[in-house]
Amino acid sequence: MHEQQTATAEVPEVKNPVESLLRMDRMPHIWCPGCGIGTTVNCFARALEQSKVDLDKTAIVSGIGCTGRVAGYLNLDSFHTTHGRAIPFATGLKLANPDLKIVVYSGDGDLFAIGGNHFIHAARRNVDMTVICVNNLIYGMTGGQVAPTTPVTAKGTTYPYGSYDPPFNLPFLADSSGAVYVARWTVYHVHHVTKAIKEAILHRGFSFVEIISPCPTLYSRRNRLGDGLDQMKFYQENSEIRHGANTKDVDIDFQKKIIVGKFVERERKTYRQLMNEHLTSVFGEQYTKYEG
Amino acid sequence: MKAEKNAVLTGAHFIDGDHAACEGAIAAGCKFVAGYPITPSTEVIERIALRFPLVGGVFIQMEDEIASSIAIQGAVWAGKKAMTVTSGPGFSLMMEHIGYAAITETPCVFINVQRSGPSTGLPTLPAQADMMQARWGSHGDYEVIAIVPNSPQECFDLTIRAFNLAEEYRVPVLVMMDECVGHMTEKVVIPEADQIDIVERKFTKKPPGEYKMFETNESMVPEMIKVGDGYRMHLTGLTHDERGYPAMSPKVQQKMLRRLVDKILLNEEKIRHIEEDEVEGADIVVISYGITSRVVLPAIKKAREDGLKVGHIRLLTVWPFPEAYIRDLAKRVSAFVVPELNLGQIVHEVERCAAGHAVTRLVPHAGGAVHEPVDIYDAIKGVLEHA
Repeated sequence: MHEQQTATAEVPEVKNPVESLLRMDRMPHIWCPGCGIGTTVNCFARALEQSKVDLDKTAIVSGIGCTGRVAGYLNLDSFHTTHGRAIPFATGLKLANPDLKIVVYSGDGDLFAIGGNHFIHAARRNVDMTVICVNNLIYGMTGGQVAPTTPVTAKGTTYPYGSYDPPFNLPFLADSSGAVYVARWTVYHVHHVTKAIKEAILHRGFSFVEIISPCPTLYSRRNRLGDGLDQMKFYQENSEIRHGANTKDVDIDFQKKIIVGKFVERERKTYRQLMNEHLTSVFGEQYTKYEG
Repeated sequence: MKAEKNAVLTGAHFIDGDHAACEGAIAAGCKFVAGYPITPSTEVIERIALRFPLVGGVFIQMEDEIASSIAIQGAVWAGKKAMTVTSGPGFSLMMEHIGYAAITETPCVFINVQRSGPSTGLPTLPAQADMMQARWGSHGDYEVIAIVPNSPQECFDLTIRAFNLAEEYRVPVLVMMDECVGHMTEKVVIPEADQIDIVERKFTKKPPGEYKMFETNESMVPEMIKVGDGYRMHLTGLTHDERGYPAMSPKVQQKMLRRLVDKILLNEEKIRHIEEDEVEGADIVVISYGITSRVVLPAIKKAREDGLKVGHIRLLTVWPFPEAYIRDLAKRVSAFVVPELNLGQIVHEVERCAAGHAVTRLVPHAGGAVHEPVDIYDAIKGVLEHA
């Protein structure tokens, strides 16, 4: 994917309430006015503070794209990896040091097009990590191409007459692949987003939070949906909270109702638990556990 | 630093090259392997999977080679030594992450047990046709180290060397085996652990705040850290400055890239690993590597019996190419004969370095078997006649 220029500027005077979690020497960020990614970062930072996890033992891994830039702005051990490969990188990180709290933070194109295979396998294994997907229904960084999440009939530059390419229903994909925690909110629901991220981080196993977010520059403009604020109004008016909804029923159609809520919360043994228990049963004391 | 005692299978073994490479990795301190099955390399990960539970390592069979080649890099930044293992088609899939390891200076080892290509090719039969891919396969400019064993014993020894070089230069090191070497069974002597030298990762002693991710001194190789130690590091595959922050300018690119390349090229003589046989006074020098270096022996013997002055150079490290060495030698010999299991790869390097001072003759082979020694013999005999 094509990377755009990063601007540098003076550190702003106004204190951000989550400043301690941000790399202020990298501000201003690259995101457009009205973009929802910054809002999700704010929610994430608050969720981290509330969850009381050891920040020195928390690593964030991103892929490539607009949301892929999140890792670079957070004052944590942070990795900006290759396109689609944040999850397998995070898998290596987690297995090599099980004491770490791992968060993968990336976009819908990165996680579900080029990286889709890794998502389903990490969910199947139940690798202990939280995947946060900022879903803006489009490729932002490269200029507004259709993603595997773009609703049918919505326009992108690669489907200029409207998309006929059926999209994924991300909560259903996560649920059926084995994720132990699945929630969806929009950036309008900042408190819910914060709470969901906190719960996901504290829930052992592969947890998934989808955050629907506006892309005013590309998705909204090409589809004549107004600006960021218009999208927020749309989320406010068209979101329906339905906790525990069957994930089969939460497809996103173009400019129709968005079902949000906590859909899945269950317990499964993690990959590492399964590995340790099984190899201990085979080898007994001979089994040499991997030291963190 | 010496190898870990309980991890090293000291003794004489009768094992194949794939198994020997596995033991080399374990002896070198490898604790994380991610892999995907592919002929003819699979035996390496199978043995890793058998051995790791007893030596404190983790093996994970990933969903593909792309995942394997980036999972190992996650493990490296968590503080472990890590490798992945593959063959041609998988090696092609790993190319992007060789580039990621190069730009992020992530020390890691890739084993490629070469088979014939392109594409699926001859999965169970040998080739040496990924040698240029090893050097150039990922996009952009970068340098790697590639080493080439010719026996199971060397699969053990050189895999240890691969891990050591990876740590010393913070670079991906590629062990370029081939199907013959991988599947041939021979005696492999594994020494006592305290006889095996291991290069440990150079972690910084600087505290967070003083440490910069890519700050270097004369060594050109920055010190490392690992996740979870409070450094709040940032690593990116974007062009980055000393802090590791993205910096989109030609100036930063020049500085970063120059160092990535120079840290290998300027140390080529130190990294160089060559075996010479009767090179002094030779008219004709055969240059070979990997399995081919064994096939050339009867041809060289016969040519010498005919009265020809034939020397032999075996490249155990192919990248960085021993450019200065070949340039110098080209002025003292008449011809180079380069047999390889491809239609011409390393011969281009030899020819470039010979720069017209010596005739350079390829002995090609499309792969699927090794050369007939007579073809190499004919090339040696004919190289000066047709010059």
